[in-house]
Amino acid sequence: MNRSPYVSDAPSVSVIMFKVLLALIPGIVAYLWVFGGGIIVSIVLATVTALVAEATLLKIRQRPIKPYLCDLSAIVTAWLLALALPPLAPWWLVVVATLFAIIVAKQLYGGLGYNPFNPAMVGYAAMLISFPIIMTKWPAPLTLAQNPLSFTEQLGFIFSNILPAGVTVDAVTSATPLDYLKTQLMLNHEISGISKAPIFGMFGAKGGEWISAGYLLGGLYLVQQRIISWHLPTAFLAALALISLVFYGADNTHYANPVFHLMSGASMLCAFFIITDPVSGPTTPRGKLYFAAGVGVLTYLIRVYGGYPDGVAFAVLIMNMCVPMIDAATQPRVFGHEK
Amino acid sequence: MINSIVNFASKLLGSPSTAEDFYRFNGGVHPAEHKQESTLKPIGKLPIPPSLVLPLRQHVGYIPKIRVKVGDYVHKGQMLAEAEGSVSAAIHAPSSGTVSAIADAIIPHPSGLPDMCITITPDGKDRWVDLKPIDWRNTPKTELVASLRLSGIVGLGGATFPTHIKVRADGKSGVHTLVINAAECEPYITCDDMLMREHADEIVKGMEIVQYLLGAERCIVGIEDNKPEATAAMRAACSALPGSSVKVVPTLYPSGDARRLIHLLLGTEIPHDKRSTDVGIQVFNVATVRAIYRYFTFGEPSLSRIVTMTGNVANPQNFEVLFGTPLQTLIAAAGNAGADTTHFIMGGPMMGFDLPSANVPITKAANCIIAATPHMFAAPPPAMPCIRCARCADACPVNLQPQELYWFAKSDNFEKARDYNLFDCIECGCCSYVCPSNIPLVQYYRYAKSEIIAADKAKEAADLARERNEFRLARIEREKLERAQKHAERAASAKKEEAQTSTGDAKPAATDTGTQASAAADDAKKAAIERAKAMKQAQTENDTPAASEAQPAKSEKALAAKTAADNDPDKQAKIAAAIARAKAQKLAAAQSAADNAVAAQAAGDSAAEQTKTEQSKQDKQALIAAAIERAKAQKLAAAQAGVTPKNTDNVSASVKAEIEKIDAIREKAHIADNTDKT
Repeated sequence: MNRSPYVSDAPSVSVIMFKVLLALIPGIVAYLWVFGGGIIVSIVLATVTALVAEATLLKIRQRPIKPYLCDLSAIVTAWLLALALPPLAPWWLVVVATLFAIIVAKQLYGGLGYNPFNPAMVGYAAMLISFPIIMTKWPAPLTLAQNPLSFTEQLGFIFSNILPAGVTVDAVTSATPLDYLKTQLMLNHEISGISKAPIFGMFGAKGGEWISAGYLLGGLYLVQQRIISWHLPTAFLAALALISLVFYGADNTHYANPVFHLMSGASMLCAFFIITDPVSGPTTPRGKLYFAAGVGVLTYLIRVYGGYPDGVAFAVLIMNMCVPMIDAATQPRVFGHEK
Repeated sequence: MINSIVNFASKLLGSPSTAEDFYRFNGGVHPAEHKQESTLKPIGKLPIPPSLVLPLRQHVGYIPKIRVKVGDYVHKGQMLAEAEGSVSAAIHAPSSGTVSAIADAIIPHPSGLPDMCITITPDGKDRWVDLKPIDWRNTPKTELVASLRLSGIVGLGGATFPTHIKVRADGKSGVHTLVINAAECEPYITCDDMLMREHADEIVKGMEIVQYLLGAERCIVGIEDNKPEATAAMRAACSALPGSSVKVVPTLYPSGDARRLIHLLLGTEIPHDKRSTDVGIQVFNVATVRAIYRYFTFGEPSLSRIVTMTGNVANPQNFEVLFGTPLQTLIAAAGNAGADTTHFIMGGPMMGFDLPSANVPITKAANCIIAATPHMFAAPPPAMPCIRCARCADACPVNLQPQELYWFAKSDNFEKARDYNLFDCIECGCCSYVCPSNIPLVQYYRYAKSEIIAADKAKEAADLARERNEFRLARIEREKLERAQKHAERAASAKKEEAQTSTGDAKPAATDTGTQASAAADDAKKAAIERAKAMKQAQTENDTPAASEAQPAKSEKALAAKTAADNDPDKQAKIAAAIARAKAQKLAAAQSAADNAVAAQAAGDSAAEQTKTEQSKQDKQALIAAAIERAKAQKLAAAQAGVTPKNTDNVSASVKAEIEKIDAIREKAHIADNTDKT
């Protein structure tokens, strides 16, 4: 019988997914510090929902449950989704988003390895379209809020939509810098004035830039561990920086600078954790460059011209559609073949 | 990290990279080497085993023809089986003794199926035949190559390709560089390493011979950097051979793959559809060149090889093993296998295979035997779905996209798999080695390859059959028309004659003349067939004169037919009747000659315009068709032989066969015609 090779040296899928979860920790810690403990509630809710949904669907599909739950891919989806949703989103939003991501975007397409779209982004986009108000209402960072909520108060808000007496929703939430920028620009204000608002930090959103830094740190760990290839984050960030630089250079009164775009919204999460999903992304090195650059450009265009403050989710989903074409068009030259 | 950035930057700037004098290929992996264990002791010798089992199939190509019979006494080095066909290798008696069996026995093959083997019971005396060393410097190259054909030497790196084919150059090969493959990149295997350490001088002398045979200007030995002793020994030995050098390449599996090694050493990528000799490079394994040296210098044919016996044995070591030695003897020499040994692997852990039993004989391909335990080679966990991480693509030394090939192979999308260059896959196993989902990728590729090859063969056969059938139907239709026309003509002329001659004395002579006439007609027919044969000859040679020959043939035939008919003018009626009674084939035979002439003319005309390659292609096709037709004719003849012919009409089996042959020629002409049209 010929069953060579007999040896193997590869981290299992579980190990890869575990390292991705590990790499998310710095970002989560920053998140906790900026927005409070509510994010832990979202993560736990999403994780439990994802595991239950995954197990149920596997059972219905008559697939072995244990090996697929142990691959941790459902938990990665859950965490990414929890981090992408607004921190004080009501519990049902987290649950519905996760169910949609796991059931519709992943299992109905055949489970791990078969989903053409990034499940977390499908869940996010579905919620964004269905509940645009909730999805664009972010809590103000604790340091900026008039009445910073304690953990128990956050719990109350998440599960029963109850705020402490005398505190209005508007006092807790605020627009994100991307959102604020967009609305202010529509009112014909200039960037220089807009960015003086307290929600702006050194580079991006006040507080948010620290979360971005946390993702960057975790992302570099993944690159170093060769869990993700350098092509994707590099091309995404470079494309985003380049296109924002072009616009910024042309008119710096109406277009934000490149660093703001890199450090705001979901840019860093997208660069290292979203577009690096291997299943829904391209496989060839050149294809990865094109794919990530495409996401970067689309993200910018949606941010500036689209109807939503951040464009990461739609940019990723649109580029996911292009993956088969990108892969086919970027086949590398095979040894001994002409190009 | 810093280094890679610097390298990247230097590449961008176009400055030559620092100390590297080799050319990297994409991917590759670095499995744990495990070479240390078996290099601690020098190459050992084995006692003559109680029996030697020599499979006929030890090399790539045709199986050799057995030259001995059971009970024969054979000397050591005596030829047992002779190379048959061009790609084939002889087999010799590794020791003196008696041929005790020529029968199927279990052989070291992944299929585990038994195959024909010659078994010798050695007498322990090890008596040599008269060895005839060859003074290679003063012998014509053609004689040297012919002599190598008798040596039984095949590529000892594992490919077992008959060596005499590789040096069949007679000085016009255009090979300028001889590459000696000493990379030995697979883990565990150390037979080449030890051979170089101990017999570097013999290897270099062999290199000299091969270099001379090929007419190569230079000779490069490629060794991985994990063999410093071997490198030193080879460097020292190579100083004696001008034009030779030793180049150290990094340890990276699969650098021992010929195309990868050539790229590493010379920076030359062999085009996927060409052989290395097409670009002037020939590759030999170290053990092979040493065998060549020993053959020419001492007259020793290929009788033994160095085998690494390693893994779960008490004393891993390399041994010089006679071909046919039972694996058990080798295992015993290495101090027996541990109790937890579950199976034996032949080759390395990356490309080797499970031996069907510990009783298989050592063959020319056996470079390494690993006693395996579940602890050493754990069964892989169940395969998970592919997550498209593309680690396999990063590891692939051919720069394929294994994840795509897997997808296509799994879904039986073979055309796509072929488009994605499945057949460039060298099955090195790097992709499986790095797969996080433990997918047995190589097995999928092997499956897809075999399916595609089978489908191609079936399609070829179906195409041929369809073409033949179409032609046959057309021919039957045409013959029917012609027959009807002829019949009508004859009937008309017969009526006319009848009116002219008296009916009185016609009757008594009828039988006599009838026989005579039919005999005459037969003669004419035979003549036509002879001519057709001649034409076939001309056609095969594809000379344009075939056309000019064909034209007279046609007129001659007509003449012959006329003479036969005119033989006895007043008995025309009877002759006409006899002919009318004659079977369809009889007429067809005569007619076919005419048709053939026309077809041959067409073929001849078109042949003049066609290129040589096209012609040879057609010839091949036609020859195949002819062979099939001939077989069919034989079958028909056999069938007819069993039946008593009802008609006195003498369409014998042989004539029928001839008719079929002519059909084949016509078919060929038809193909030629078609090709011309397209």
